[in-house]
Amino acid sequence: MKRDHATQSSYNGPIVELTKVNKHYGALHVLNDINLQVPKGEVVVILGPSGSGKSTLCRAINRLETIDDGSIKIDGKTLPEEGKALATLRADVGMVFQSFNLFAHKTILENVTLGPIKVKGMKKSEADKLAMQLLERVGVANQAGKLPAQLSGGQQQRVAIARALAMKPKVMLFDEPTSALDPEMINEVLDTMVGLAKEGMTMLVVTHEMGFARKAADRVIFMADGKIVEQAPPNEFFTNPQTDRAKDFLGKLITNH
Amino acid sequence: MENYLTIFTEYDIPGAFWVNIQLTFWAAIGALVLGTILAMLRISPVASFQAIGTSYVNLIRNTPLTIIILFGVLALYGQLGFNLGGEFHENFFRLAVMGLALYHAAFVCEAIRSGVNTVPLGQAEAARAIGLSFMPAARLVILPQAFRGAIVPLGNTLIALIKNSTVAAVGSVATEASSVMKTMIEFRADIVIPIFLTFAIGFVIIVIPVGLLTTWLSKKLAVAR
Repeated sequence: MKRDHATQSSYNGPIVELTKVNKHYGALHVLNDINLQVPKGEVVVILGPSGSGKSTLCRAINRLETIDDGSIKIDGKTLPEEGKALATLRADVGMVFQSFNLFAHKTILENVTLGPIKVKGMKKSEADKLAMQLLERVGVANQAGKLPAQLSGGQQQRVAIARALAMKPKVMLFDEPTSALDPEMINEVLDTMVGLAKEGMTMLVVTHEMGFARKAADRVIFMADGKIVEQAPPNEFFTNPQTDRAKDFLGKLITNH
Repeated sequence: MENYLTIFTEYDIPGAFWVNIQLTFWAAIGALVLGTILAMLRISPVASFQAIGTSYVNLIRNTPLTIIILFGVLALYGQLGFNLGGEFHENFFRLAVMGLALYHAAFVCEAIRSGVNTVPLGQAEAARAIGLSFMPAARLVILPQAFRGAIVPLGNTLIALIKNSTVAAVGSVATEASSVMKTMIEFRADIVIPIFLTFAIGFVIIVIPVGLLTTWLSKKLAVAR
């Protein structure tokens, strides 16, 4: 029994590991020599001005964006280029998008069960049960039979989180999950995310929500011009930023609020 | 007027239209299947698959249907002895169905591709993100929405197919409407214009419901976003 456990968790390194990752869009060096390790259970918030490469970084981790060179490993395994192997690896990485991207022709319940049934081969009855538990958890179980367009943005985003969780991912990526939401809906999504963080989910969150970073992050990464300029625990970062770029960025946020 | 009505007893006009409907039915099924495959080739991430789809569409779409149907009868059957079985006239019918299907598949492919363009990129990204590879993502997420966004162009292709089924005349399908019309005109030169109008109106009666149906379906099945 113990040996079994040992083989299963023989890998103890970081869940996400980026080594010297580079990407260009034409002349724009959008990811510049990025090194990043996210150990199990850590919540990393990526901040930075728009165009700093933070969304690209997030999307590169499950290869929705290709990279020019460097390596990206998930749970110790290098991201495959294409095909089945890539799909298998992606199943372990949950992704929540800015624009929710719920499957528009499927009900809320079907949105959550599609992955477990079609990717993991779970029985429908079992997948339905799992989906209802998750929808309950994110507070939209009463909407299960509706289509995405019938829900508010905040509800849709919570369904998107449930859809990602249904795959039992090793890490969750959030690409500006509240940027497309009306202000009064932002908190319901953030609360769900804080809950996830408290339960020990490994998370990488691109956001502009400083409140979330303060409340839930273990580490803040500040990006500018495709580089990681600074990283620190949130308290340290917000009270005592080291670089001029970070000071400038935080200063603008304060004057804006 | 009585003179005109005699053509309905002398010739089986509904029967002639029925042949066109049958040609259309089988060709539409063939075109839909092949067109869907072609569309999947064209949206696939594999460059050589895309090239196959694109080449097919460019070659077939830009070739006149008459030439394709004639090729089936004169080259495939006449020269190479390619036989689709059945009795003599059944073989010609099947060759015509094949020609119609091959030709309209190119248009079905393009109609479906226009439907794919109505599906936001985020849908494919979300499908990939939960671990679906290309084929299941296409089958479960992209194509169901693409078809619903492509109902009107698909309907237009079906309308074209109904009318183009008369080209089967050059493929020796002598029982279809335009062939029957030609025979009638030969023997009843006194009422050429009424005969033309009869067949024109016949096609209009068949085609109008298709247009109405596709408009209704496209509204009913539209994907709410």
